[in-house]
Amino acid sequence: MAEERIITYRDALNEALREEMRRDPTIILLGEDIGKYWNGAFKVTGGLADEFGEERVRDTPISENAIVGCGVGLALTGFRPVCEIMFGDLITLAMDQIVNQAAKSRFMFGGQSSVPLIVRTPFGAGGSYAGHHSSSYEAWFMHVPGLRIAVPSTPYDAKGLLKTALRMKDPVMFFEQKFLYNSKGHVPEEEYTVPFGKADVKRQGDDVTIVATSKMVLTALEAAQALEKDGISVEVVDPRTLNPLDEDTIVKSVQKTSRLVVVHESADRGGISGEIIKVAIKGAFYYLDAPPVTVAGKNCHLAFAPVLEQFGSPSVNDIIDAVKGIV
Amino acid sequence: MEVSREVMKIPDDFDSEIALHMYKTAVTIRKFETKVYEIFNLNFIPGTMHLYRGEEAIATGVCANLTDTDYITSTHRGHGHCIAKGADIKKMMAELFGRRNGYCKGKGGSMHIADFTIGMLGANGVVGGGIPIATGAALSCKLKAQMEGLNRMNVCACFFGDGASNQGANFHEALNMAAIWDLPAIFVLENNLYAMGTAIKRTCKLENLSDKAKAYGMPGITVDGNDVVAVYLETRDAVERARHGEGPSLLECKTYRHYGHSKYDPAKYRPEEEKDEWVNNRDPITRFTQQLVEFGIDEGELTNIDAQVDSEIDDAVEFAKAGEMPKPENLLEDLYTEGT
Repeated sequence: MAEERIITYRDALNEALREEMRRDPTIILLGEDIGKYWNGAFKVTGGLADEFGEERVRDTPISENAIVGCGVGLALTGFRPVCEIMFGDLITLAMDQIVNQAAKSRFMFGGQSSVPLIVRTPFGAGGSYAGHHSSSYEAWFMHVPGLRIAVPSTPYDAKGLLKTALRMKDPVMFFEQKFLYNSKGHVPEEEYTVPFGKADVKRQGDDVTIVATSKMVLTALEAAQALEKDGISVEVVDPRTLNPLDEDTIVKSVQKTSRLVVVHESADRGGISGEIIKVAIKGAFYYLDAPPVTVAGKNCHLAFAPVLEQFGSPSVNDIIDAVKGIV
Repeated sequence: MEVSREVMKIPDDFDSEIALHMYKTAVTIRKFETKVYEIFNLNFIPGTMHLYRGEEAIATGVCANLTDTDYITSTHRGHGHCIAKGADIKKMMAELFGRRNGYCKGKGGSMHIADFTIGMLGANGVVGGGIPIATGAALSCKLKAQMEGLNRMNVCACFFGDGASNQGANFHEALNMAAIWDLPAIFVLENNLYAMGTAIKRTCKLENLSDKAKAYGMPGITVDGNDVVAVYLETRDAVERARHGEGPSLLECKTYRHYGHSKYDPAKYRPEEEKDEWVNNRDPITRFTQQLVEFGIDEGELTNIDAQVDSEIDDAVEFAKAGEMPKPENLLEDLYTEGT
């Protein structure tokens, strides 16, 4: 077997963009400071302007709405734009173009057009960035028909899902937890993609199913390892995409374990856990031995002081406590 | 500028074929909108409607400078833009009736008519929502020309109203972006003096909204938007600049809508004398007819066009009436290109 190639999540994304841009000349990147002067606020687009030029890797004014709107116009006329919104919180500034234009165009026009647009955004807590640079808003987009949503947790998934997104015909929201950028994992040298709508069971187990997304997959795996010492066998399911959502894998896992904990960073109320628990109840109600529970962000905003920020997001111990509470 | 009762003389060397084409366009818009207004009450048309009657000169004069490979984006008051860009009035009428044979299979209605085969990228229900999309379409034109090694670009004409010019994210961001990248866009500001019931004088200190162009370093021109010839000639210059890489322009066209904002708006917020002046003394169709006759076009030729358009409008209504109603389950189609 070939030796494992270990690279960062950031480099995995960069590779996906680079490889697909080489293959497809219609891919255009738009965003603030993504070009050769800064290489992206989190350096995901590093070196791409050098290779593909400033026409294809476009530094924009601070104009989130026009970044996405310009992307919609490009997408409707034969290009494949990738728009970077520097922080997930700032997606609010582009909401009209995402929700009213990108997501609705094809439908409203009776199927005449497609909008192959990707909006990439770093999101999530962990760096004392406080209220305007730490939030997780992926649940909002799950509520909007017409948008696909990816929430990769590993370098392998990040690259494979972004490559798939770059070949899809519908708008994709691509959420990158900013404290995953330096995380490392195996990414094969050879070509591969990861399909949308196919969950990955990151760890097999028998007693409890944890469905977790993005960086919370790593936190859940840590909790699962600790729980193993206590004799509790945890299965960790990573949906990888929220639309489409792989309901089948979630249901089968809950049918096997009879217990469900859902973990995500975004605020608990109205979060994606509600949807995931709905899926589990519909598909595995008679298998459940305990009420499903959530471990999620507090119903509060993220704060600056480290102690406050940490309290706002799920921890390994929170997950361990939740699992022990239903076993 | 103040719009006066004077109109432009058609230049002697003007192409009479273009003149007649524009006459047919303007009259088609007038008759289409008038017919739609009449049949509102027959319960064929659900929802609401924002009619373009009175503003025909703008779409007509602008789009006569475009080809099928050029793009436009439109507004909630979009019927005129569609017709001027060459859309099929049968499929438009059927869409207003909410039928399967309409442009959007009954999913869009009046505010979302589009025809991608002729570069009509869609009417838009969000005020200003089409402006950034036009910037993207213009970037697309520029990039395609680069990829194909062409010096001459396709262009995108972007229609929006006076109300939209007060929109920050859509108007400001998109015009600025188009300007810094020298994109082939023509931003056509249809200033009909009212954003719904609010007079533009109450929401903007500028006398001429084209002055806003200065903020973006692009040419800004104000033109009599009820003069087909004036709009055509100013647009021609802006389109030529855009096609040759000289960047976007902002063209303010001062105009007036004959009807209220939407279906049930009696427009009582507009002074009677103002309305009378615009509707009776500055009507774009009446003026254009005079311009054409002075230019030497035979009035009989215009009457023939009128009759031809009448018959086409009647055909459109019949086509719409005969159209199949959507089935409830059709709702769930056309959301995604791939998958469900």
